[in-house]
Amino acid sequence: MYVAVKGGEAAIENAHQLLAEERRGDPNVAELELAQIDEQLGLAVDRVMTEGSLYDRRLAALAFKQACGDVIEAVFLLRAYRTTLPRFGSTEPIDTAHMDVLRRISATFKDLPGGQVLGPTFDYTHRLIDFDLAEPSEEPPVAPLAELPVDNAMPRVNELLEVEGLLEPAAPSDGDPEPFDLTREPISFPAGRDLRLQNLARGDEGFLLALAYSTQRGFGRNHPFVGEIRMGEVAVEFVPAELGFAVEFGDITVSECQMVTQFTGSREAPPQFTQGYGLAFGFCERKTMAMALVDRALRAEEFGEAVEYPAQDEEFVLSHSDNVEAQGFVSHLKLPHYVDFQAELTLVRRLRADYEQAHRQEAAE
Amino acid sequence: MSARKREAWDGETGYNFAYLDEQTKRMIRRCILKAVAVPGYQVPFGSREMPLPYGWGTGGIQVTASIIGRDDILKVIDQGSDDTTNAVSIRAFFAKTANVATTEETSKASVIQTRHRIPEQKLRADQILVYQVPNPEPLRFLEPRETECRKVHAYSEYGVMQVKLYEDIARFGRITTAYAYPVRVNDRYIMDPSPIPKFDNPKMDNSSALQLFGAGREKRLYAIPPYTKVDSLDFEDHPFDIETWDEPCGLCGATDSFLDEIILDDQGSRMFACSDSNFCGERRAEGHTGPMTNDPATRIEEGASKNV
Repeated sequence: MYVAVKGGEAAIENAHQLLAEERRGDPNVAELELAQIDEQLGLAVDRVMTEGSLYDRRLAALAFKQACGDVIEAVFLLRAYRTTLPRFGSTEPIDTAHMDVLRRISATFKDLPGGQVLGPTFDYTHRLIDFDLAEPSEEPPVAPLAELPVDNAMPRVNELLEVEGLLEPAAPSDGDPEPFDLTREPISFPAGRDLRLQNLARGDEGFLLALAYSTQRGFGRNHPFVGEIRMGEVAVEFVPAELGFAVEFGDITVSECQMVTQFTGSREAPPQFTQGYGLAFGFCERKTMAMALVDRALRAEEFGEAVEYPAQDEEFVLSHSDNVEAQGFVSHLKLPHYVDFQAELTLVRRLRADYEQAHRQEAAE
Repeated sequence: MSARKREAWDGETGYNFAYLDEQTKRMIRRCILKAVAVPGYQVPFGSREMPLPYGWGTGGIQVTASIIGRDDILKVIDQGSDDTTNAVSIRAFFAKTANVATTEETSKASVIQTRHRIPEQKLRADQILVYQVPNPEPLRFLEPRETECRKVHAYSEYGVMQVKLYEDIARFGRITTAYAYPVRVNDRYIMDPSPIPKFDNPKMDNSSALQLFGAGREKRLYAIPPYTKVDSLDFEDHPFDIETWDEPCGLCGATDSFLDEIILDDQGSRMFACSDSNFCGERRAEGHTGPMTNDPATRIEEGASKNV
């Protein structure tokens, strides 16, 4: 029976109420508190903050709760909120060389000044389900303290290589221009490395991970080593115009990865090691590694390498890395398309009639 | 959320009129002016993240938010209808963030935001039609690279599009694009009219109303100023034509509107009805009838939406 339906409004309202009920789940089970999400599902909060481009643990935890644990939905919520925030200015660049390090490892040297600091990591855990976690623990776990505090002097591994001139220096561009901000300006190609890094920092972890993996499997191979991964707290400073000197706002936790890649040299540049860079809010190590690999792959043209594979293709990578854009456009296929479909239906019927007529004629001949 | 709970979140309540901040609106209006000055040219703009998903009308919403004023009356349609879920959602968004009057009557609206249709009723000079655009680039499916497409537009070297249309005719005897049928605006730029059926293309030509196009995800705006020439691409021996139906609208008897096909049962029975629900409703109110008007299968439910 054909019903020219009116009342989409009521249907939408009811659907949202049902979602709210489903989100809460069985009311006999205690409701999640934001502090629980922040403290006990912290890596999800980190990822939501990183891809949501907003450092606010409580808001990210709220978005994660509102999204019923759907990370991409939570990222979307945070992004949509972020665009409405007023902008007071830009902070000073964070200085990861002066990080309060919680984790710092290098794969290129066995030992180095400051040492290897494992920190809280899944590395070397055996991925066996821990059935003890199924019930709340009676005694909260306590990790032993090291005999010595982490060394304050912890030079960056890359700086050690730079001294020898074997690594391309990480220097600002000529004149140290303001970085591009893709949240304010539309991007165009070719894009500068500042824009590429901003795009990758916001980009979907899964997408970057797959691209990074593709370079390792030969689709744009570039021989990477983990020069250094570090995670910890860095100070955020701001220079208010009326004061003229930097004031510290507070600390944020970031993860950083510097990949080192062998480069055999070109006509212009001597053989040396080149760099790929990754940075993320919180503890997002996998993301920073993937980002660093893709950053390096995207520098192919700069080093005179052939641009042949998806991970090296700037327009391909930058145009498809954003999961808020991607999920929106994929999910829009759920919207009604019956007008376009009707237009296609009419066309296919005509083509079909042409086809059948031609076949009848053929048969008659 | 209770007042107490809200207080815990400083500055989180209260959005600007029509959601976007004034600086953003100004930036978008400047881009619109540029778009109007260069008809059919895609102007890059600093598209913002909206609280609705990309692909669900964020470009159109940003354009509407930038041009709407307190005295405007807004109509939102999707697939020609005011009652499709996304049209309802976008209308509710503006009713909430801009507190503007909304309407379903085409003639009463000063701003009409649309997805996939142009209203059947001829638009006036005091009306603006805002299109939601998924892919602003008409050449995208011939050349995926933005860098290349921009060159093609700059040099006006549109041979690749003509070749595509010619190949259609050579292989199928007709052009096989049924919607988002490319047009040439003001004898210069080839433009994607958004996924409207080609049936609607002639309405864009020399229209009294200003037509604005917003693509949020792709961060492009473009425009057709009033009374601008808009040609659908074709060949002398294969002139552009539009869809026709063998029967009239089952409800109002219209023979000159775009019809949706509606499946009535699992035996293959079907009927056709106007896709423009307001057009069809007004004709019925004027006493027009169609072959299915008194058929018990076509029950018209008047429902929940409360508008002007």
